[in-house]
Amino acid sequence: MSISRRKFISWISAGCTSLICTTAHGAKKQFKGYPDSFGILHDTTICIGCRRCEDACNSVNNLPAPEKPFTDLSILDKKRRTTTKAYTVVNKYENKDKNKASVFRKSQCNHCLEPACASACFVKAFKKTKEGPVTYDPKVCVGCRYCMIACPFEIPTYEYDEPLTPRVMKCTMCHDLIKKDKLPACVEICPTGSLKFGKRDALIKYARERISKFPDRYIDHIYGEHEMGGTSWLYISNLSFNEMGMREDLGITPAPELTAGALGAVPVVVSLWPVLLTGIYAINRRKEKLAEREKAEAVSSAVEAAKAGREKVSLDKVRGSDG
Amino acid sequence: MFKNGNSTVKSIFTPFNVITGIIVLFGLVLTVVRFTGGLAAVSNLSDYNPWGIWIGLDLLTGVALAAGGFVASAAVYIFGMKKYHAAVRPAILTAFLGYALVVVALSYDVGIPWRLPYPFIIQQGTTSVLFEVGICVCLYLIVLFLEFSPAALEWLGMKKIRSLVHRLTVVLTIFGVILSTLHQSSLGALFLIAPSKLHPLWYSSYLPVYFFITAIIAGLSMVLFEGALCHHLFADKLDEAHKQEKDQIALGFGKAASWVLAGYFATKVVGISADNNWHYLLTGYGLWYLTELLGFVGLPCLFYAIGVRERRLTLIRWTAGWTVMGIILNRLNICIIAFNWHLPASERYFPHWMEIGISVFLITCGLIVFKYVVSRMPVLYSHPDYKETH
Ligand code: SF4
Ligand code: SF4
Ligand code: SF4
Repeated sequence: MSISRRKFISWISAGCTSLICTTAHGAKKQFKGYPDSFGILHDTTICIGCRRCEDACNSVNNLPAPEKPFTDLSILDKKRRTTTKAYTVVNKYENKDKNKASVFRKSQCNHCLEPACASACFVKAFKKTKEGPVTYDPKVCVGCRYCMIACPFEIPTYEYDEPLTPRVMKCTMCHDLIKKDKLPACVEICPTGSLKFGKRDALIKYARERISKFPDRYIDHIYGEHEMGGTSWLYISNLSFNEMGMREDLGITPAPELTAGALGAVPVVVSLWPVLLTGIYAINRRKEKLAEREKAEAVSSAVEAAKAGREKVSLDKVRGSDG
Repeated sequence: MFKNGNSTVKSIFTPFNVITGIIVLFGLVLTVVRFTGGLAAVSNLSDYNPWGIWIGLDLLTGVALAAGGFVASAAVYIFGMKKYHAAVRPAILTAFLGYALVVVALSYDVGIPWRLPYPFIIQQGTTSVLFEVGICVCLYLIVLFLEFSPAALEWLGMKKIRSLVHRLTVVLTIFGVILSTLHQSSLGALFLIAPSKLHPLWYSSYLPVYFFITAIIAGLSMVLFEGALCHHLFADKLDEAHKQEKDQIALGFGKAASWVLAGYFATKVVGISADNNWHYLLTGYGLWYLTELLGFVGLPCLFYAIGVRERRLTLIRWTAGWTVMGIILNRLNICIIAFNWHLPASERYFPHWMEIGISVFLITCGLIVFKYVVSRMPVLYSHPDYKETH
C-alpha cells in the first residue's frame, strides 16, 4: 500500500467517522422544550382586528413602513401572510354562521418547542432559547431556504430582492425585550387583552379554565399545546382552527423526529457498507484468481500436451528416417 | 487543423460552437442579473415556494442522473463484471461533471453562495439532513475527481502519478458507493420534514429508500442513454474494444434496470398500502401519480425486459431515454409539482424564464466540457499505453 493511499484512506475515514459521530449524536439529541419558558396565548374571541399589534411589531423591529397605514382596516378583507416587511399579520375569517361575527386571528412565528426550522438548518442559524423565542442568526445563514421548506406553519420569509446579504425574516418574539423583563411589543400594545404573555404552562392552565368556564364560547382545543410537538404561541377560538387557516392535520410529532430515522441510518451504512463491499470484492477477486490459475494451468497443460505430441512426432520422424 | 486559415475558421464556427456560444453569452448576462439584482430579479421563488427548478431539476435530478458513476464502477471493480469496463470512464466523467454542475447551480440558488462552506467550518447543523447531503456531496466530488484523474493523467502522459492513483481504484469505488448511498437517499430524506406540504401519494417514510433505488435506475439508464448518444456523436473516438463491449453493456445494464424497476414498482405499491393511500388514486393527483408509476416505471420495466429477451438493442436504448425522463418527472413531482399541493393556484410556483435560462446555460457548459474532455482524453477508448492495466 503506497503512502498516499494510506493517507487518503485515513483522511476519508476520518470524514466518515465524524459523519457517524455527528449524525448519531444529532439523531439522538432531542429537545423536549424548556420547562419554564414563556409563551403567548392568543384568544381570538377577543381580538377586534385593530392591527395595532402589527404596528407595534413594525416599529420595534425597525421594519419599513407599509404602503397603507396600519389604521387602514380595509386590508383585512384580503388574506395576507407574513412577509419580509411584516413579521405578523392579522387576518379576518368569516363565520359560516352568518349571525355570528367574523373572527380575527393574528399570525406570526409560533416559536415551536422543537422547531422544524432549527432542525432543518444545516448551519444552526436558528436556536430555541430557554426563554421561549426561536432566534435567528443572519451572520451564519447561507440562504438555502430549507428552513422555509421545513416550517409547517409557512412562516419564515426571505429577502429575495436583496443581492448581497439576503436574510430570513421572521418574528423574534421580542427576545431582547423578554430578557429585559419587558413584554413583547404586540402583547404590550394590544388594547383588548387578546394577547396574553406568561409562562407557557400557566397559560395552558389559564386557557383550560377559560374553556371550561365558557364552554359555549370556545372550541375545546388549545391550538399549539401539542401541534408539531407544541409551540410557545397558543390559540383558543370559537371558530374551528381549520376555518381560520390553521392546519389541524399537522399531528403532534415534533419535526426533528421526522428525519431522525433517516439520520440514524447513516452510521449503519457507514459501518456496514465497507465491510460488505470489501467482502464482495474479495470474493470476486478470489474467483478471478482461481479462474486465472485454472486458465493458466489449462494453457500450460495444453502447451505441454502439444509439446509432447510434437516431440512424439519428431521422434517418430527420426525413427522413420532411421528406418 | 492548421492546413490553412480557412479550415480553421470553419472548424471554429461549427453549428455546435455557434449555438453553445450564444447560450453561454446569454447565460453570462443572466448571471450578472442574478448576482446584481438578487434572486427576485431572475426567479419566481417566493415565501411559499422557496425551492424551484434549480433544486428540483439541477440538484435533485442532476445528482440522480450522475449516479451512473457509482453504479458502473461498483459493477466493474467490486462485483467483478469486467466485461462492462467500457462503461466506467464515460460514467465517471458524467458523474464528475454532474456533481460539479450541482455545486455551481447551488451557488446561483442559495442567497449567499460564498457562505456555502459555513456549515462545515463555522457551525455544523448536525440535525439537518441537508448537512449530511452537503458533506457527502463534497467528499464524493473529491472521490470522483480522483476516480477520473487517471484519464487526464494518461492524456498528459504523467505515468507515475497515474499509476499511483490507479492503485486506489477499488478503495475509491468503495468510498464512492458509501457516499452515494448516503446522499442519494438523503436527498429523499430532505422532504421527510414536510409531511404537511408534500402530497401523501409522494410523501412516504420510504422516501430515502425510493430515492436510492431510483438513483440506481437512473445510473443504469444514463449509462445506456449516454452510450447511445456518444456512439452517434463521437463514433470516431470509440475503439474496437469499446464498440464490442457496447452491446454487452446494453444487455447487461438493461436487464439490471428491468429488475430494479420491478423491485421499485413493488416497493411503491407496498408504500401505498402501508400508508393506505388508495383513495387518493382517483383524484387528479392520483391520476398523475399513476401516470408516473405505470408510464415511467412499469412500462420501461416491461420494455427493458422485452429488449433484453429479444436482444433488441434499439428498444433498450429508447427505453433508457424514457426511464431518464421518468426520473426527471419523479424529482420534479416531489420537489415542485406535488409540493405545496394544498395551496391555491395563485400561490403555486412556475419557473421564471430566466430560471430556465440559467439551467440551460449550466447544462450547456457541462456539455461543452464533456465534449472537450471526450475528444482529447482516453474516455471512450483505451489509451494505447495502458491497455492492460485497467
Ligand atoms: S413556526 Fe416555523 S419558523 Fe417559527 S419556530 Fe416553528 S418552524 Fe420555526
Ligand atoms: S436559509 Fe439560512 S437559516 Fe434557513 S436553513 Fe438555510 S442557512 Fe439555515
Ligand atoms: S392588537 Fe390585539 S386586538 Fe388588535 S389586532 Fe392585534 S391581537 Fe387583535
